[in-house]
Amino acid sequence: MFENLGEMLIFFWRTVKMLPQVWRQRRKVMDQLFEIGNASLLMACVLSLFIGGVLALQTGPVLVDRGLSSVIGGIVGLSMCKELAPVMMAVLIAGRIGSAMAAEIGSMQVYQEIDALRTMNIDPISYLVLPRLVAISSALPLLVIFSILVGWIGGALVCVYNHNIGVSFHSYFANLRQTVELGDFINGLFKSWVFAVVIGIVSCHQGLLTAGGPRGIGLSVTKAVVNSLVLILILDYFLTRVLISI
Amino acid sequence: MTASSPTQYGVDVQVRGLQKSYAGQPVLQGIDLEVAAGEIFVIMGPSGSGKSVLLKHIAGLETPDAGEILIAGHPIKSAGSLNHYRLAMVFQSGALLNSLSVGENVGLYLSEHRIKPQAEIDRIVKQTLEQVGLKGIENRNPAEISGGMKKRVAIARALVTEPQLILYDEPTSELDPLIAVTITEEILRLKRQFSVTSMIVTHDRSLAFGVADRIAMISDGRILFVGLPGEVKANPNPMIQKFLTAKFDQEKERKTI
Ligand SMILES: Nc1ncnc2c1ncn2[C@@H]1O[C@H](COP(=O)(O)OP(=O)(O)O)[C@@H](O)[C@H]1O
Ligand SMILES: [Mg+2]
Repeated sequence: MFENLGEMLIFFWRTVKMLPQVWRQRRKVMDQLFEIGNASLLMACVLSLFIGGVLALQTGPVLVDRGLSSVIGGIVGLSMCKELAPVMMAVLIAGRIGSAMAAEIGSMQVYQEIDALRTMNIDPISYLVLPRLVAISSALPLLVIFSILVGWIGGALVCVYNHNIGVSFHSYFANLRQTVELGDFINGLFKSWVFAVVIGIVSCHQGLLTAGGPRGIGLSVTKAVVNSLVLILILDYFLTRVLISI
Repeated sequence: MTASSPTQYGVDVQVRGLQKSYAGQPVLQGIDLEVAAGEIFVIMGPSGSGKSVLLKHIAGLETPDAGEILIAGHPIKSAGSLNHYRLAMVFQSGALLNSLSVGENVGLYLSEHRIKPQAEIDRIVKQTLEQVGLKGIENRNPAEISGGMKKRVAIARALVTEPQLILYDEPTSELDPLIAVTITEEILRLKRQFSVTSMIVTHDRSLAFGVADRIAMISDGRILFVGLPGEVKANPNPMIQKFLTAKFDQEKERKTI
């Protein structure tokens, strides 16, 4: 996959150059946004609720034992913001939306729809890739905001109702508000935006590379998802490293 | 891509020494062709001989390993150089966009390039679909219509662009004989009315001999012969004769049983 990295950067650049045309493609952007929301909102809600919950469940009893129950809110709050929400939502979107993008564009490639576009002098990048990239890179950060809020609530519920923890709603959120700053929020959103671009570019690029009939489509989907995930997790480390030192 | 004039003129096509291999497997092994403006040029040959690959090269969808293609005197480099002429291709499978309705497919070129207002596009789409014998299917999805209908929609989509060069890949396969005749007439009308250049890949002998100004026989990525329909029929090459006269031999079949 790494041999394609340069190619994907060029592909990204070519898409960015098309940005002035985004207004013309606004209907397709809206369609994509709707699809992303439709496919992922419920899943995002369930995932985030449980991630926030399990985070509280893992850290709560240990902290309570050491008399640190007052910091649970901050720990759940920060972890959701800076790490868990961006990464988990990126994984969800890579699986649900990245795969769909690779499959759709891949089948268009296999069934010569892309060739047909090109003979009509319609650039597949502005027609297919641009709306998808714009949609995913605006939808994922929004989804992450939603996920953070739901995750906080998940953590709070566990803190209140788990008898090994027993921290009140009030003290949980008081600590959370004290600890989490706007910068942490933005930190997570920035990461998720980078992840969104990775998913969009990897999936569309892979879709366009599809060859070898219907079997090739399946192969492209797998590659798109796996490559996105690997890139996301590697980038996550380095982005965190850079963001911490700012 | 400004508005097109009502009268259009065909463009000439020159193919010189065209070679292409896929994964070391030679598919086109030095093709030379000259197609005059306004000519109907038919390409015949066995399956797998490279006919579709040749058309794709002319459409600018593939890059040759060697050789060059000139359309209206301009070398083609990519589909982007379509600005010098308008080209349309009717793909073997139709290649309609599955995410769009039939009407949106036919009007795609006009709507994407903002050539005409939407009401005008709707009118043109309706009229062009009627022309190919498909009235009132604008709102259907490509997935809901038969293979033959898809092919006619693809032809309508090509006509809407008012092309100067149309490439047809097996336009009458999958069509019943009556519809095939409609397509044949349509190809002739385009020549008569707009002197469009047409290149047609086909196995359909009645289409070929019905419309062709000249016929090229291709086999294994090489041109065997180019000539007038009569000359092709009279050509002694056994391969050509076998291809042109192939029919089910009942006697032989009985003897082998
Ligand atoms: N993109 C491709 N990759 C690899 N092989 C190809 C490709 N396109 C065509 N071929 C091969 O080229 C040969 C000619 O194909 P084609 O032009 O489609 O034949 P036909 O004359 O029946 O239209 C076939 O053997 C086909 O397998
Ligand atoms: Mg073919």
